[in-house]
Amino acid sequence: MTGPREQFRPTDHDNDHFIMTTVVGSYPKPKWLHRTRDLYEDDDANFEDRHFEEAKDDAARLITREHEQSGLDVVVDGEMRRNEMVEYFAGRIDGYEFNGPVKVWGHNYFDKPSVVDEVTYGEEWLVSEYEFTSDVATRPVKVPITGPYTLASWSFNEAYDSEEALAYDLADLVNEEIEALVDAGARYIQIDEPALATTPDDHAIVGECLDRIADDVPEDVRLGLHVCYGDYSRIYPEMLDFPVHEFDLELANGDYEQIDIFTDTEFTEDFAMGAVDAHVAEVEPVEQIKENILHGLEVVPPERLTISPDCGLKLLPREVAYGKMENMVQATREIEAELDAGEIDLDAPAARADD
Amino acid sequence: MTQIVATTPGLYPLPEWAKDELADLKGHQKEDLVSGDEGEDVQAAYGRAREDVLDQQQSAGLDRVVEGQLRWDDVLAHPLVVADTVETGGIVRYYDNNNFYRDPIVTGPLAATGDVAAELTAASDHLNGEAPLQAVLPGPYSLADLATDEHYGDEAAFLDAVTEFLVDEIARFPAVETLFLLEPSLAANPPGDGADERASKAVDAVADATDADIVVHPYWDALEEKVYAHLMDAGVDAIGFDLVSNPDRNVYLAGEYGTKDDVALGLVDGQNTLVESPGTIRERVEWFTEQSGEGFGTVYATANTELFYLPVNKFEAKLAALADAADIEEVTA
Repeated sequence: MTGPREQFRPTDHDNDHFIMTTVVGSYPKPKWLHRTRDLYEDDDANFEDRHFEEAKDDAARLITREHEQSGLDVVVDGEMRRNEMVEYFAGRIDGYEFNGPVKVWGHNYFDKPSVVDEVTYGEEWLVSEYEFTSDVATRPVKVPITGPYTLASWSFNEAYDSEEALAYDLADLVNEEIEALVDAGARYIQIDEPALATTPDDHAIVGECLDRIADDVPEDVRLGLHVCYGDYSRIYPEMLDFPVHEFDLELANGDYEQIDIFTDTEFTEDFAMGAVDAHVAEVEPVEQIKENILHGLEVVPPERLTISPDCGLKLLPREVAYGKMENMVQATREIEAELDAGEIDLDAPAARADD
Repeated sequence: MTQIVATTPGLYPLPEWAKDELADLKGHQKEDLVSGDEGEDVQAAYGRAREDVLDQQQSAGLDRVVEGQLRWDDVLAHPLVVADTVETGGIVRYYDNNNFYRDPIVTGPLAATGDVAAELTAASDHLNGEAPLQAVLPGPYSLADLATDEHYGDEAAFLDAVTEFLVDEIARFPAVETLFLLEPSLAANPPGDGADERASKAVDAVADATDADIVVHPYWDALEEKVYAHLMDAGVDAIGFDLVSNPDRNVYLAGEYGTKDDVALGLVDGQNTLVESPGTIRERVEWFTEQSGEGFGTVYATANTELFYLPVNKFEAKLAALADAADIEEVTA
């Protein structure tokens, strides 16, 4: 399925072609939000829940608008309310406990939780976040949600016989949340399963999880799947059987070395391609991003291409993150205009860049 | 009589204070990671962290003490990343984990740096002879497997170069009691025909570079039979078995093909917070000994993998469990 996409074309879109631009989700938090969290966590600071909630609302409002200002077609709130993609959810699911941070790479850590009991739905996850963001935004809002396989895989499992059994229990909880989001009006949901890249042999488990999640989701809701930093040849083309409309993949980090994987076997779904590197603190020039986008056009036609950064931008300096989004949008709009003018040969899009 | 030696494969989590301090000093991006030319503040912070983990291992009662490899931002690829003719590329996944390292791209002839030797010398100075020091290095096959070769142009030539590089690094080491050569790639990305024999010869050459006791430790899985059979030809004192990832297959290998007089057993899960009791660890030693039908001079009782995957409280608990398990053995032996 290639999905309900036209609903995301802005009414004032200038070009005939429409290549959708969006982000994966996370964005650098303003320094004051970190300071506010420190105050909130300091028992001696006389800083109440409502003060912290107000700060998170302000940050979500600010970053949603910052995304709109950069020109993105579909925005998120930069995940201002979330501390981390597994921790945030694990903190709302009964059955988890936290022991302290563990390394992902370099000095990037996360508070990897341990599953010590059967998992059940605890506090609300994302519905109020979505309602607030869609209230603030003038553009459509995407909701990133960490997938059950990643929630299982990036936890220490002390309680279940297998990670698979844990993943299926978590899939039922994710399904419950997505139904609530759809009821609240969400029309674009991205399931983040970066753990699939770590254990590609488990793609059947991820498929089973996604079947459980997608089961009752209405036709007009666009489902995406984000996977990053892996050897895609180990999950492609098998992943095309997953019940989602779009695959969002990191490729700029590896300088598109893996792009041939997706041209050797036809890419039958929408392709959301990483066009800027999320872990290099320099803004790529528009010309370079345009060349990157041409790689995407080798894989799918413009109407099935989405342009986004490789991954969440939260580790970058904020001005760099903003610059990447702004240049990414400008590059996309220029490519659309060149497509409109017939200047790009879709049978050999990369050839044009070398002309 | 079997001697149980409680030890670990190194690569520890940073102490909590050092996580914050070093993140502030260094930053969070690819270019901020250790490349062998750190400033004084960074060096000083790592020095204090090193002393912390050395003291911690001594108080836990481990029988071998490791330097901790706290600077190894690029995990087992570290020794190459700090070399002159190696550039770092994009971040790549570290085996099938949610961990990443920078791809070391070898662009010219490799030459030893003395980087690991300097760490070991600092550790040795701090220990001042009070505890036996164990060095940790990637084995040649794994180090070559983790890197990208843009200079040697041939798999065998590259493995030879990496082997020589490791031999030259070891020549600079201070005296150490034991050397653990970590060879996860032998299990995770097994060498094929011909390459399996070369991998064993490479291990042999590295082992020959020191008088220390040599343990070659594959993990993540059991070795393929042919790879194991070749590895038995290498002149090492012990081969490691990951009894967490694949106990049955590992015990089969030892039973079917025999093993060295000493053995290393990965008894404690380096990747799960569930802490094994000393009694459980001891039972696993007995199970392996009975099932394999072998009697051992020394059993190195260790975690199956590096320990940086764990939160600090569980890491500490696992060190204590290993040390206590070895003590049980001494009491009842």
